[in-house]
Amino acid sequence: MSVTQALFAGIIFILAIGLYGLLASRHLIKVVISLQIMVKSAILALIAAGQAVGQINLAQSVALTVIVVDTIAAVLALALIVQIKHHTGGLDAAELNRLKH
Amino acid sequence: MAITIFLLVGAVVCAILAVRSKPLVAALWLAGLSAIAAILIYLLGAPQVAVIELSVGAGLITVLLAFAISMAEDESMPSSLIPQPLAWFLVLLAGGLLVWLILPEIPNVSQQVAADAPFVVQIWDNRLLDLIVQIVIILAGVLGVLSLLGETSKETHTEEASMEGLR
Repeated sequence: MSVTQALFAGIIFILAIGLYGLLASRHLIKVVISLQIMVKSAILALIAAGQAVGQINLAQSVALTVIVVDTIAAVLALALIVQIKHHTGGLDAAELNRLKH
Repeated sequence: MAITIFLLVGAVVCAILAVRSKPLVAALWLAGLSAIAAILIYLLGAPQVAVIELSVGAGLITVLLAFAISMAEDESMPSSLIPQPLAWFLVLLAGGLLVWLILPEIPNVSQQVAADAPFVVQIWDNRLLDLIVQIVIILAGVLGVLSLLGETSKETHTEEASMEGLR
C-alpha cells in the first residue's frame, strides 16, 4: 500500500467516524461536532487528491472555499441550537417534532 | 511516510474521542483533530490552507462551540435515534464502498493533468466567482446570526417587561 493509499484509507476512516457520530447522537451540539469531523476529512481528501495529481494550488483554493462555508454553517447551526434550547428547554433532536402535529 | 501514518493515527484517535465524549470535552478533541489535520495539510504542501485550518478550525470553531455549550448548559447524552447495529451497518457500508471505489484507482492517477497555476492566480483569477460567493455567504451568515441572537434578547426583554407588569 502506497503513502497516498494509506492517507486516503485514514481519511475514509475519519469520515466514517463522523458519519457514525451523526447517526448515533441525538445531542444537537454533538451533531455539529460530527459534521465538523466529516468536513475535516473532506478538506484532507481535497488536499491529498490535489497533491496526488500535481494540482495542489487548485486544491488549496477549493479547500479554502470549503473552510469558509463550513465555518459559516457551524456558526449558524450553533446560533440555531441556542434558539432551540431557548424554545424547547433541551438539546435533544428527537424533541424537534412540532411540525409533525 | 512514518510521520504521516503517526499523524493519521492521532487524527483517528481524536475523532473517535470527539464522538464518544461529552460536548465540552468533544469540542477540545475536535480542536486536536483540527491541529493534526493542519499539520498533515502543511506536510502535503499546502501551507496557506494549513494556517487557515489551524486558526479557524482549532481556534474560532472551538471558541464558538464552548460559547454555545456554556449558553445551552446541557451535558445530557440522549441515546441514538436509530438502533446502534443499524448505525454501524450504515457506517461500514459507506466506508466499505468508499474504500472499494477510491483506493484501487489511486495508482492509476497521472501527475500533471494540466498546468497548476500559482495560488494567487488560482484564487483571484480562476476562482473569482467562488470568492464573491464566499463574501455573500459570510454576510448572510453574519446577518443570520444577528437576527437569531437578536430574537433571543428581544424575547428576554419582553418576558422581563411582562414580569414587571404583573408586579
